[in-house]
Amino acid sequence: MASMRDIRRRIKSVKSTQQITKAMKMVSAAKLRKVQASLIAARPYAKKVQEVMDHLLGSEAEYENALITPRAEVKKVCYVVLAGDRGLCGGYNSQVLRLAENEIKAEKAECGLLLIGKKARDFFRSKPYKIIGHHVNIGDNPTMVQSIALSKYLIEKYLSGEVDEVHVIYSEFISTMNQEPKSVRLLPIPASEQVEQEKGLRDLYIFEPGEKAILDVILPQYVQSTVYRMMLEAKAGEHGARMTSMSAATDNAYEIIDKLTLSLNRARQAAITTEISEIVGGAAALE
Amino acid sequence: MAADVIRLDIVTPAGIVFSDAVSTVQVPSALGLMGILANHTPLMTTLEIGAIKYTKEDKENYLAVSGGFLEVKDNVVIILATSAEKAEDIDIARAINAKERAEERLVRKDDAELDVLRAELALKRSINRIHVAELKK
Repeated sequence: MASMRDIRRRIKSVKSTQQITKAMKMVSAAKLRKVQASLIAARPYAKKVQEVMDHLLGSEAEYENALITPRAEVKKVCYVVLAGDRGLCGGYNSQVLRLAENEIKAEKAECGLLLIGKKARDFFRSKPYKIIGHHVNIGDNPTMVQSIALSKYLIEKYLSGEVDEVHVIYSEFISTMNQEPKSVRLLPIPASEQVEQEKGLRDLYIFEPGEKAILDVILPQYVQSTVYRMMLEAKAGEHGARMTSMSAATDNAYEIIDKLTLSLNRARQAAITTEISEIVGGAAALE
Repeated sequence: MAADVIRLDIVTPAGIVFSDAVSTVQVPSALGLMGILANHTPLMTTLEIGAIKYTKEDKENYLAVSGGFLEVKDNVVIILATSAEKAEDIDIARAINAKERAEERLVRKDDAELDVLRAELALKRSINRIHVAELKK
């Protein structure tokens, strides 16, 4: 059995680890709340943009907009991988990265990767894929400015013909315990399922300065709001995953401390027993 | 809902900025200032950087908006803006700062064309904010 000193030392070290995991859990909880608030705030906007788009696209394929029309031949595909900057969040990063790798392996066209987050960069750095670029240290709170920059960059790449499709792989936030990695086509904008029902509504509207001009404005806004939402979802998922795993780690630490305390007490008692029997033995020897 | 009331919703990615029943709305549409009264026909239009004016109980109120999109339907006006602020919420010091920065960048002009464009837009936005904040007074 380990000596009492060793056990005490271990208890101390587990306790300090526990303090760290506990603090991380609380920090993640606070950050999660913040991101969740922005997620909720962004929702009405995204919904409205989607609605207006559905109204506009309601009837026909009559207006071609470069952002909607799929290209006849898809030669180059850009994959945007949204992962975290830091670890210690359970399977969050590896889930996203695994999905990303599978998608890329399955992709027949030429792939280019745009990696967001340190973990994504580190994962793909040593692999034989073409990396277009990476952004690290994006912070704990995705901002509008970041999403505008990212969506502009992607739209530019797409319109210049450098890539024929843009996919985003991110993790959707379902609950604190549950995140689901997802792969979504961002460009060309996929047709919405609702479009069918909105037919006819279009005729009611006056469009100023014209339907095409409005579409030109609304589509980039749609892309941007989608990117913003994805970034928020991914971040919320990361904080949620970190919170869950840190909470599990704290609980485990409690368990280990309990076990160690038990063996510490046992060792202490054994020592006392030995001591008493030594004294008794010694006294008996004197008589 | 009374016949002469319109519902005005201003939504930005950062949340709902404004949502209330008003009697008139004036917006900077792509084709110029446009007023909207109750029972307006359904309409969609794009917005420029400018001031939104609405009246409620005969009082005029202003908001600064930096571009976006407007939809009118069934006496509901929905404005989707990249950003919008109520006149009383505008941080004038920050707007003046932004204006000076944008002007400085325009004076230097040695940057790429894109930056000039961005600076011009930033200048427009900051001037608009200052203008709207002053309207309030």
